[in-house]
Amino acid sequence: MGVGIQVENVNAWYGKSQALHDINLKVEANHATALIGPSGCGKSTFIRCLNRMHETTPEARVEGKVKIGELDAYDGTSPTQLRRRIGMVFQKPNPFPTMSIYDNVAAGLKLNGYRDKKHLDEIVERSLKSSALWEEVKDSVHKKSGASLSGGQQQRLCIARALAVEPEVLLMDEPCSALDPISTGKIEELIFELKAQYTIVIVTHNMQQAARVAEYTGFFLLGRLIEYDKTEKIFTNPSDKRTEDYITGRFG
Amino acid sequence: MPDPAVAKIPGVLEISLWRRVKDHLATAFAVLTVVLVLAPLIAIFGYLVYKGIGSINLSFLTQTPKPPGELGGGMANAIAGSVLILAIASLLGVPVGIGAGIYLAEYGRNRFGDTIRFVSDVLNGVPSIVIGIVAYAIVVLRQKHFSALAGGVALAIMMVPTITRTTEEMLLLVPNALREAAFGLGVPQWRTTLSIVLRTATSGIITGVMLAFARVAGETAPLLFTAFGNQFWNWRLDQPTAALPLQIFTYAISPYDDWHRQAWAGALVLIILIVSAVAAVRIAVRRGTLGGVA
Repeated sequence: MGVGIQVENVNAWYGKSQALHDINLKVEANHATALIGPSGCGKSTFIRCLNRMHETTPEARVEGKVKIGELDAYDGTSPTQLRRRIGMVFQKPNPFPTMSIYDNVAAGLKLNGYRDKKHLDEIVERSLKSSALWEEVKDSVHKKSGASLSGGQQQRLCIARALAVEPEVLLMDEPCSALDPISTGKIEELIFELKAQYTIVIVTHNMQQAARVAEYTGFFLLGRLIEYDKTEKIFTNPSDKRTEDYITGRFG
Repeated sequence: MPDPAVAKIPGVLEISLWRRVKDHLATAFAVLTVVLVLAPLIAIFGYLVYKGIGSINLSFLTQTPKPPGELGGGMANAIAGSVLILAIASLLGVPVGIGAGIYLAEYGRNRFGDTIRFVSDVLNGVPSIVIGIVAYAIVVLRQKHFSALAGGVALAIMMVPTITRTTEEMLLLVPNALREAAFGLGVPQWRTTLSIVLRTATSGIITGVMLAFARVAGETAPLLFTAFGNQFWNWRLDQPTAALPLQIFTYAISPYDDWHRQAWAGALVLIILIVSAVAAVRIAVRRGTLGGVA
């Protein structure tokens, strides 16, 4: 089951330049939350703060409090522990090129020392089914490398890989930006189904996509969270002038 | 129908004779350089086969050298000695080199890393005879006699900088997205480095290792006062040991025709050994890929 996320006074820097200013936000468990805003506004930086990926960038720094369910991300939790409970899907599909489809999906478990072959088989099949890839690859999971799939399939493989470790939260950083409309449609359907089991935070440049998949939407601008509300409210009756300007296409 | 807008720019639609000539000249130049690079290689190998193949026979491959002046005998102990010394060198040099390369690529973005990089490049340029003296000082003087171990240490020192730098370069070529993918699954950094980054870069690292191996396999100078050479069989690490390059050197400067012939044969065997070792490793690695999480 998914858990909620609570973010308090988060600030983030790259070297000396501040990328996020005082972000406060509460993500509902088992819902999809979309983050929109123009390029460079801090959406990606923000979700990378949620699983402590931000600090892997040289000279990057975070301050503030992030709670994933009951877990305090920055106090008493190691990044590894935290990331085992938070799946992440990246902008560009990044399957492990040296591994078969099967091993890509099983990677999170195998690399953490899990060895029960029969259980792994079940998990791989289930994960590929939940990411709607199983039917297309079931005959070649051991034979084909993850890199030999098409872009859309690779992205669904990466989703399966993230789901295999049974996370509570799934972070998606523009998961469809490198995909064609058909693959995008498949992944959006997927997000819809996955909400039942996971809390989803998705960064997107595509406002229709945000409106289609997410119950809540946050609008970022210049490193600040300008407005955060029910998606319907953001797109029909935003309270901030800047949100309205952005969603009506006046800038960005 | 040519686009009128493009047609206005002279020379865009038709390729002039001079441009075609230039194209052919550039191609011809590229082919010429390839020939220039390959010609010495083929010439050397061809000449070695011509001079050496006649002296390679069963006794050459199975017997130890005969006393000076006697015909026959072989280099079997030198072949075995070379294999022994190169095995020691690889066992010592490859892990150190790869380890240092991993450090430089994954953790070494700092002053200490820069220092290691600099030292490693300097070490790469140190003459091999000097490295022989170093091995003499740290192994031979302490053991009080020449040994296979000392020869292996000298060659290992020579392997390290090449392996270190190629490993670093190859690891840096691995896209950061793969590291992030592994981190995102909660895989610790050491595991990510070993199972994802290193694996992805394997074939490049193997190339570096084989380059280093091939380079030291033919080295003579660092073995002169470390392995020293031996006319008899030796399998002990702490005893003087024969090696093909040493044996070739001794035989080549001797006054006996039979030894000269054997020197040619030894050189041919040495090249064949190096080529087959490199090929065997390549094939083994190719088979091993896509074999699952290590």
